[in-house]
Amino acid sequence: MRELSLHLLDIAENGVTAGAQNITITIVEDLRTDRLELTVEDDGRGMDAVMVAQVTNPFSTTRTTRKVGLGIPLLKLAAEMCAGGLVVESTPNVGTKLSVNFQRSHIDRMPLGDVTGTLLSLLVGWPQVHWVLRYRVDEEEFVFDDAPIKTELGEVLPLSDPEVIGFLRGALREGIAAVTKRTHGDYVKVAEG
Amino acid sequence: MPTVKSLDDLRKIKEQAMQKREIKTASGQAQVTVAMGTCGIAAGARETMKAVLETIEADQLQGIVVTQTGCIGLCEWEPIVQVTIGDQPKVTYGKVTPERAQQILKEHVVGGQVVKNLVVPA
Repeated sequence: MRELSLHLLDIAENGVTAGAQNITITIVEDLRTDRLELTVEDDGRGMDAVMVAQVTNPFSTTRTTRKVGLGIPLLKLAAEMCAGGLVVESTPNVGTKLSVNFQRSHIDRMPLGDVTGTLLSLLVGWPQVHWVLRYRVDEEEFVFDDAPIKTELGEVLPLSDPEVIGFLRGALREGIAAVTKRTHGDYVKVAEG
Repeated sequence: MPTVKSLDDLRKIKEQAMQKREIKTASGQAQVTVAMGTCGIAAGARETMKAVLETIEADQLQGIVVTQTGCIGLCEWEPIVQVTIGDQPKVTYGKVTPERAQQILKEHVVGGQVVKNLVVPA
């Protein structure tokens, strides 16, 4: 995968598979410490310690568990190549939190890419999940919470309605651009794709 | 925060839709499913999904249910899109690039004609 936002999509899909009702994706760019941290937190069925130990190892795959595969090992490798790492914390019946961090300026760090595209795909594709995106760059933060949007739409319109898709894309793009414009126009250009 | 203003925009969209609804009658429900497992994502499924949503927007297609699914075991055919219209059997399309997604929406979902050359062989 060429973008970290594709990994975010992949990890978030794990949360959906785990039966989560609430999934929060957090992106934190800290320019002072030169770190980039991505977190996906879900309230799905969680994993026991044995399974948590397995998820970062592609070769211990049992294939009877949907949570084991190539997605997490690839992301872990990408982080370790950039003076970072990946941590999975999980509690059965409570949920799972995956955090991955990078040296933000590292030459090998993948670009975040199209965060808007990732969120839009998740929002429309899994409307039964409550989605939250928090995107922070130093002190500035953009929070996108789909709960008020769903409340407003009620039973009248689905998230796949053409006007609603346009609204969601606009809201995400605007919010992300507002927190990232000061620091890196390069991301915004990619994200416009 | 732009969110406060945005909810007003959303309310307008809803009100307009409610007015339109009285004229429109419901047609056969169409469901478009994009496989979004690791294999699908690595093969470009997000861009396929994006093309589906953009076509819905551009052509103002109402009443299409867009969903996702995980890996369905046909990884070599990813990106995979499945289309179900009304009570017709589900059609599975393989190697669906954004251009092909657009074609499938126009010809199958809107036009009712299965795009035979893109169907995954059984």
